[in-house]
Amino acid sequence: MDHLLLLVLVTPLLGSITLVLLGHREAAPEINVGFSLVTFIASVLLAVEVIAQGPALFIGQYFFADSLNVFIAALTAFVGMTTSLFSRPYMRIERDNGRMTGRRMRLYHSMYQLFLFTMLLALLSNNIGIMWVAMESATLTVLLLVSIYRTAASVEAAWKYFILSGVGIALALLGTILLYLAAARHFGIAGDALLWTNLQAAKAYLEPATTSLAFVFLLVGYGTKMGLVPMHSWLPDAHAEGPTPISAVLSGLLLNVALYAVLRFKGLADGALQNGLPGKMLIGFGLVSVLVAAFSLSRQKDVKRMFSYSSIEHVGLMAFTFGVGGPIATYAGLLHMTVHSLVKSAIFFSVGHACQKAGTQIIADIRGLAHVSPTVGCGMMLGSLAILGLPPFGVFSSEFLILTTAVRELPWAAPLLILALGVAFATIFSRVQSMVFGDTTAKPLAHSPALLPLFIHLGLALLLGLYIPPYMHAWYVQAAHIITG
Amino acid sequence: MTGIPSQILNLLAALLLLLTFAMLGQRRILSLINLFMLHGIVVVASALLIGYETSNHHLYFSAGLTLAVKVMLIPWILHKLVFRLKVKREVETLINVSVTMLIGIVLVIVAFNIALPVAALSSSVASGTLGIALACVLLSFMMILVRSNAIPQVIGYLTMENGLFFAATAATDGMPLLVELGVALAVIGGTLVVGLFMFQIREHFDDLDIHNLETRKED
Repeated sequence: MDHLLLLVLVTPLLGSITLVLLGHREAAPEINVGFSLVTFIASVLLAVEVIAQGPALFIGQYFFADSLNVFIAALTAFVGMTTSLFSRPYMRIERDNGRMTGRRMRLYHSMYQLFLFTMLLALLSNNIGIMWVAMESATLTVLLLVSIYRTAASVEAAWKYFILSGVGIALALLGTILLYLAAARHFGIAGDALLWTNLQAAKAYLEPATTSLAFVFLLVGYGTKMGLVPMHSWLPDAHAEGPTPISAVLSGLLLNVALYAVLRFKGLADGALQNGLPGKMLIGFGLVSVLVAAFSLSRQKDVKRMFSYSSIEHVGLMAFTFGVGGPIATYAGLLHMTVHSLVKSAIFFSVGHACQKAGTQIIADIRGLAHVSPTVGCGMMLGSLAILGLPPFGVFSSEFLILTTAVRELPWAAPLLILALGVAFATIFSRVQSMVFGDTTAKPLAHSPALLPLFIHLGLALLLGLYIPPYMHAWYVQAAHIITG
Repeated sequence: MTGIPSQILNLLAALLLLLTFAMLGQRRILSLINLFMLHGIVVVASALLIGYETSNHHLYFSAGLTLAVKVMLIPWILHKLVFRLKVKREVETLINVSVTMLIGIVLVIVAFNIALPVAALSSSVASGTLGIALACVLLSFMMILVRSNAIPQVIGYLTMENGLFFAATAATDGMPLLVELGVALAVIGGTLVVGLFMFQIREHFDDLDIHNLETRKED
């Protein structure tokens, strides 16, 4: 299976190098799609193999895959592929609007592939040190992508991102060092103490005091990347000022990968501490994030900022769910992770084209999408209904599971969650309604918008809401089992 | 490690803390860069010492890498940036220096208290210095917060990395080489990207003052 894993990792890296060397060609967006497609196919094949044959180590001990990370890797590659399809017409329109030049297009495409590479490396690496390096590299690629329009606001957003994320990622490194210290007592001083598989096997022997300190730093560090309140302030700026495909992958992928890291570390800390502290911390951060984000929604004037706050809300909900723990909650958390990725990136696809039509990101100035472009308007409406948790979309199933678990396990938290979800519903629904209906003077787009990825995502979210195939179900159960240990 | 080497290591750790405090109080950018260089040299010296004492020879390699990157390359880039971008040589801190110092002392006490139980359990040669490493990290964290100019913020960030490198070498006798290589690479990449980035900030605003970067308040 080594070659499959290598294919998953090497394809985006090669893509990045190729796109730099080629410079900006008219066909660059198609090449970008091609590489993303190959990565996606390879990751699906890898996932099928791993699910059939169980967890495996690759290339010595450097990489490993089990149901959990291979699942997120496949999701990453899928959203990466559909987003590259979306970015094809989107970035061409941006270029025609004069916001992108040939050089910037070249930077954009190569960084897009590099970003995918760092995400997949973080997911599949067996070494927590290498995972840290991958996350740091992801920060750098996102920094370049967010500031790509070179406007004052985008430079500011990228700087804020660098400082906050830099501090966060440094704290995560401190946590990694401390975890290594906690494990080194068991393993002796050797590289083995940084391998997931070894740590997982020996988690009961990790030194508790050091492990709890390490987990605090790791949660705050990777939590910054997840956008947990109060480390979230970079997230709305980065989403609003960067190109929309990047907003889609930030919400759909980066948050998942950071959450994945936190989940793995939580599993280790749970094994070492046996006192439920990691879960309680996740519940705390999660609940605060859900509430703060839900009440911040109504103050947003920029549509991309509004949906980025919605991402914070959902990431908080996932953190809460995984914090509660147990097989059902973890299952719900994984399902929510999947459908949130699909639906939120679909929303950004429609928002991107809507903003291009209206020539602005200000909610009050976007009107009458239903008249100008019924499909984009319809996509945004359906996406918003889906993200707000209306049946029959998948978010309904996962939120229903989350709420029922909350009622059973933490009765005091359930009303808070329902309040936040209600507030979010009222705010987003009224805003989206005014954007989709109403009069408009917008002009048609120069390139036909990419609607296929939008409706593929929504279709999948709908499918997951109505019927989870037995294969997927078994997969989720396996992954949930890995998390709950 | 006992006797003289351990004394030297403690001395280096103390020096590191002292330098971090000096950086916290320093207003002139060029002096700040020089202090950062010294900071790097102390970290390199401690890595060499630990490498020699524990015969962990890959630490020599990490030390060499740190020397090349953090003592030579990055200060050189920062010097160039200061001249090329005509940055104001003296920058204001958001809180005045004496208050900063007082908060710094509190942070050091906090760091020592956190590190105490961990250090007591560590079997490594220099576990006692973990508190100092943690203090350096917290102090650099604060430096990022109280500075209102992009260059001191970046120096604060790099000082934090130094503190982390010191923590890794002192508390665990060094992380595996592969990881250290990766970390060094990420730091170089980060500095280059941020260096380029400062040109963009400069393009849009008159100075590297981050007050300019506060237009997008929550609304």
